[in-house]
This record gives sequence, C-alpha cells and structure tokens, in this order.
Amino acid sequence: MFVRLSAAIAAVSLLGSAAFAQGAKPTDPQIAHIAYTAGVIDINAAKQAKTKASNKEVKAFADDMIRDHEAVNKQALDLVKKLKVTPEDNDTSKTLSKNAADKLAELGKLSGAAYDKAYVANEVAYHKAVNSALETQLIPSASNPELKSLLQTGLKIFQGHQQHAEKVAADLK
Amino acid sequence: MMPRWILPGVALLLGASVSAHAATIQITMENLVIQPAEASAKVGDTVELINKDVLAHTATARNGDFDVAMPPKKTVTFVLKKAGAVEYYCRFHPNMKAVLNVAQ
Repeated sequence: MFVRLSAAIAAVSLLGSAAFAQGAKPTDPQIAHIAYTAGVIDINAAKQAKTKASNKEVKAFADDMIRDHEAVNKQALDLVKKLKVTPEDNDTSKTLSKNAADKLAELGKLSGAAYDKAYVANEVAYHKAVNSALETQLIPSASNPELKSLLQTGLKIFQGHQQHAEKVAADLK
Repeated sequence: MMPRWILPGVALLLGASVSAHAATIQITMENLVIQPAEASAKVGDTVELINKDVLAHTATARNGDFDVAMPPKKTVTFVLKKAGAVEYYCRFHPNMKAVLNVAQ
C-alpha cells in the first residue's frame, strides 16, 4: 500500500514537473496564464471533492482550497487588468490542463475512503509541483515586480496548503 | 455643593475610565503566519486582529472562548472576557497557530 501510494505520488510529481520543465523562460503574459490555470485546476479538483468526499476534514479542506484559490486568482485578474497584460496560453498551461483533466477522470472513478485518500495525496503532490515551479521557474522568470510579488505571496499561501494537505493525509491514515 | 445622589454616578464614571485604560493588543496575520506567536493580555483588553492577506482567516480558540471571522485586508476587534492561556488557530488554515495568555 505504502509503496503503491508513493509510486502514485512520484508519477503525479513527474507529470507535474514534466508540465513545467519544457521550453524557454516564460514571458509575463505566459506566467500569468500558467499561475491562473494552476489555480483553476485546484478549484475544479476541490469542486469534485465537495461532491465526492466523505471525510469531514477532507470536505473542509476542499472548501479552503476553493476560497483561497478564488481569492488569489481574483488578485491575479485584477493585476493583469491593471498592468494591461493579456494572459497568453502556452504549452505549460496546456499540459497542466490536460494532466488535470486526466486526474479528475481518474479520481472520478473512486469513491468513499479510497477517493478521499487519492484526492488528498494528489493535493500534496500537486501543491509540491506547483510550489517548486513557482520557486525555480515562474518567480525567477517574472520581470514585472508586481507580478513577481503576487507570485511570491502565492507561493507562501500554497506552501501553507501543502502543509495542510500533508496534515489531512496523515490524519486519514 | 454636590448632592449626595450624584456620588454613585461619579463612581460609575471612574469605573468606566478604568476600563477605558484597558490596553489594545495587536495580532497580525500575514502570509499565513500569526504574529506574535505568543501574546499576553488582560481581561477587558481589546484584541485588534489585522488581516494583511487577500485570504479570509479566523481566530478560533481551541477551548471555544472566541471564534472571530477575519475578512481579507480588514481589521476586526474584540474584547477579552475570560482569563486563561488560550491556544487559537485559523479554521481555514489549521497550520496557523498561536497562543494568547489572558490574565485576570
């Protein structure tokens, strides 16, 4: 069980880093698109969790993800409007969305405690992948200081989410 | 010459001015961290909760003494009514934890 779970996490993390690892340094409009897409993906996963999760702590976690990611994405939209930047679709965003759609379908087939565990395990892996991408690629590549600062705030928030997800995962064991 | 019946009123006013000297304790939540991690106050003091994040937080006492909603980028206040060492956290971000020591 433990080995299988670790393998699953490793697979998800690989998908995550594969999505982030391609191409040259992203531009600000691309970074904005990637960050926003990453938020939408987690909101969609949480919406699915609200209908499928059975554990109370998992449901509350899903509510927290929706509340926070919507708040951060609203900040992102306000900022791109202010900066008159149009977010630009790109390969990283596309790969992220594709992987997320596959994951939603996969999770959709599970139910009960198995779903709860798989959703939370994926939340841990997903936030890890996004945080590492923010730290090593998106934040260093951002040229607008306000965008960089929003990404830095986002990183702190998502690191909190990762810890929260790890705590929920530990409680489910 | 002050009539006698005014005296209780004066005493009340004095009482009021004592509680007006109660302190205000500032607690800030920023980037999902509560500062200070440990604060001291007295019953009757006002706690000023400053939320610098774009996220909603709560200050929720584990023993049920208080549960205050903290909207994004807002400051809310409440008055401490009970003594004790109160552990509190944010219900939305349970990793955010701190302690408030409330003396009588």
